Amino acid sequence: MCTYLTEKVSISGSGKGPSGWFRVTDASVYFDHPVHAQAEHTLNIDFLDPGAGPSARVAVELTAESARALAKAIQATLDSAPPGLC
Amino acid sequence: MYDATLAETVTIRGDGGDEIEAYLARPMSHGPLGGVVVIHHMPGYDPPTKEIARRFAAEGYNALMPNLYHRDAPGASPDDAAAAARAKGGVPDARLVGDVAGAAAHLRGLTSSNGKVGVIGYCSGGRQSFLAACSLPLDAAVDCYGAFVTGAPPEGMPLKVGPIKHLTKDLSCPLLGLFGADDQHPSPEHVAELEDALKAHGKTYEFHSYDGAGHAFLQVDRPSYRPEAAVDAWQRIWDFFGRYL
Repeated sequence: MCTYLTEKVSISGSGKGPSGWFRVTDASVYFDHPVHAQAEHTLNIDFLDPGAGPSARVAVELTAESARALAKAIQATLDSAPPGLC
Repeated sequence: MYDATLAETVTIRGDGGDEIEAYLARPMSHGPLGGVVVIHHMPGYDPPTKEIARRFAAEGYNALMPNLYHRDAPGASPDDAAAAARAKGGVPDARLVGDVAGAAAHLRGLTSSNGKVGVIGYCSGGRQSFLAACSLPLDAAVDCYGAFVTGAPPEGMPLKVGPIKHLTKDLSCPLLGLFGADDQHPSPEHVAELEDALKAHGKTYEFHSYDGAGHAFLQVDRPSYRPEAAVDAWQRIWDFFGRYL
């Protein structure tokens, strides 16, 4: 089904899209039908700059299992960074 | 047999007279031909759904697929437009009806038209096909596994649409429903609820539910594709539109 379940978060950083690097200000995280990944539902993340239009988007579609592994890896990486750096 | 077809992007008048992009696929024939409004699924106005429009043309129908996300992201790629539209909670029902009305009028205005227009939709478009058929004078409607015709969206879902079973009394044409028995949205219970409503209002309908098939069993580029169910379902579609268009 189309879940439309979405978490939105303000972010600060950059992403690289088809036209090169651009700043990203927002992320949408949702569990729904993918466009490309071969799974019925995936955890999808859009890194966006809405001010630059809908094409300013870096998209990933991950299986639930790999999304959890990624979240864990992000957390572990941040936790292991030297104190004061992040 | 002369079987040439033409498929191209055109501009049509949609809801509120807005100019929107649409994909028109039609036989190069004088007709008279029935018309089909193709309502795309949530991933949008994408190549696989354009392929479906061309399939209708190859079978002898004028097919027109409006880009329901055109206003949300004019000129953007289908996946970017779909992301922009979903961030807004999907297509508003009133706008959908207006866009299908515009597409139906465009089809009826083609010189090869026989004046009849049906509608078919997939996934979220299945619900929208039912919605259009309850809101507009049409000749046939096909609902391919549309969720939330019956059954409310789960708590917390930011979907800006709700169940539309109460519109059943206004259904303007025969309805063909194609469902996967393993689907949860719509579940077999949701399908049965819709069937009860259709019976109660004396509507002409035909439902087929396929064992071993879930949601989106017609979508050839997804793991949900179930060839056996899909082949039968397409045969039902040709038979149904053949009778009413």
